[in-house]
Amino acid sequence: MIYLDNAATTMMKPPCMVDAVTKALTTMGNASRGAHETSLSASRVIFHARKTIAELFNCKRTDHVIFTSNATEALNIAIRGAIKPDSHVITTVLEHNSVLRPLYLMEKEKGISLSFVNCDDKGNVDAADFENLIDDKTSAIVCTHASNLTGNVVDVKKVGEIANRHGLLFIVDASQTAGVLPIDMEDMNIDILCFTGHKGLMGPQGTGGMCIREGVEVETFKCGGSGVHSYDKEQPRDYPTRLEAGTLNSHGIVGLSASVGFIKETGVENIKAREEMLALRFYNGIKNIDGIKIYSDVEAATHTGVVAINIKDYDSGAVADTLATDYGIAVRAGAHCAPKMHEALGTVVQGAVRFSFSYYSKEEEADAAIAAVREIANE
Amino acid sequence: MREKRLQLIISFESTAHAMAVEEYCMGNGLPGRLIPVPKEITAGCGLAWKADITQKDELLKAFARENIEYDGVYELMI
Repeated sequence: MIYLDNAATTMMKPPCMVDAVTKALTTMGNASRGAHETSLSASRVIFHARKTIAELFNCKRTDHVIFTSNATEALNIAIRGAIKPDSHVITTVLEHNSVLRPLYLMEKEKGISLSFVNCDDKGNVDAADFENLIDDKTSAIVCTHASNLTGNVVDVKKVGEIANRHGLLFIVDASQTAGVLPIDMEDMNIDILCFTGHKGLMGPQGTGGMCIREGVEVETFKCGGSGVHSYDKEQPRDYPTRLEAGTLNSHGIVGLSASVGFIKETGVENIKAREEMLALRFYNGIKNIDGIKIYSDVEAATHTGVVAINIKDYDSGAVADTLATDYGIAVRAGAHCAPKMHEALGTVVQGAVRFSFSYYSKEEEADAAIAAVREIANE
Repeated sequence: MREKRLQLIISFESTAHAMAVEEYCMGNGLPGRLIPVPKEITAGCGLAWKADITQKDELLKAFARENIEYDGVYELMI
């Protein structure tokens, strides 16, 4: 099989990640739950994971790296725990439902109002448009770093400058970019960075988290065992304990820590260059085929390894099914949990076929995908 | 139980802080080890750093210099 659905999850993982999880499964105790060696060693690897992630994203406080089960959970915690009730929030049409639905819930339950930055005909948002939507009640900007559907990248540094200038909370969804594009929370003025572990960070599913800037308050969303302050009736206020009740997915976090180590050794810039090269190779191979509609701005200065297309008026699901059954190529079709992006691109009915490359994808896999698309388009 | 003697005990607000101290001390040849927090200390993290009482100044100076967080400093017969 040729796996080109890496925007959903990276299937090929660094061998060191697999080894770390395997070892942990037979040796690891429960972090923060004792002073015997197996618990301490678990605490140490969790701490090391926080540290290595803090370094990757330039989060100044290691203890402000919070582990969650995925980016969705992190975004829910951030949006519901840090945005002021009855305020105005700016987001974009690029967002995934993991941003949109918590915001809609806040609209319903906490009286917030929403404004959306639109995209141009290439599917890009202009960072300056965020500033035009700011009013007296605006308290926060929540935006993705890159669209999961098109791979188009938002200039979060510029958006962060605007947020900072107006004193707004800035929450970034890095689901598609963590491990793939450089992220510097300080340079980009990011208050809360939400990430998943199983995509570009090449860790296990069930891992993810958020990095919180010093001084940013995110309210507790669940309470329970913390291994500390056991007689307090309330969840301790210190991060990370404030947001981490219950046993962590330590076996997964060990794997995430190992894969982040691999990414740092390899270099995010090298990973970015490889994914861009593969996406561009695929794009150049299909762009002149009759009947192909491409939704991704692959020629932009920065782009992730995602290329979304349609072939003629063919149902995207039928194209994906043909790719899987006749060519052994795995891609994603249909709606991609990004309803406003589909509306903007006019693909609500047809959906879109998304090819997504990873660091481990090969040139010949891109070429095989090009050949398959050409054949299907010529049918 | 074993014979008790006066020890330096440092408590923490979170396991992450305890881990930071352990990493720093082990990496810089400073004395001590993590133990379950003694019953005399009611608040804080379930872990505490135990070291010889004579190492107090050296440890606290290093923590201050490196901005390493801790909760309380105790001298206990344990």
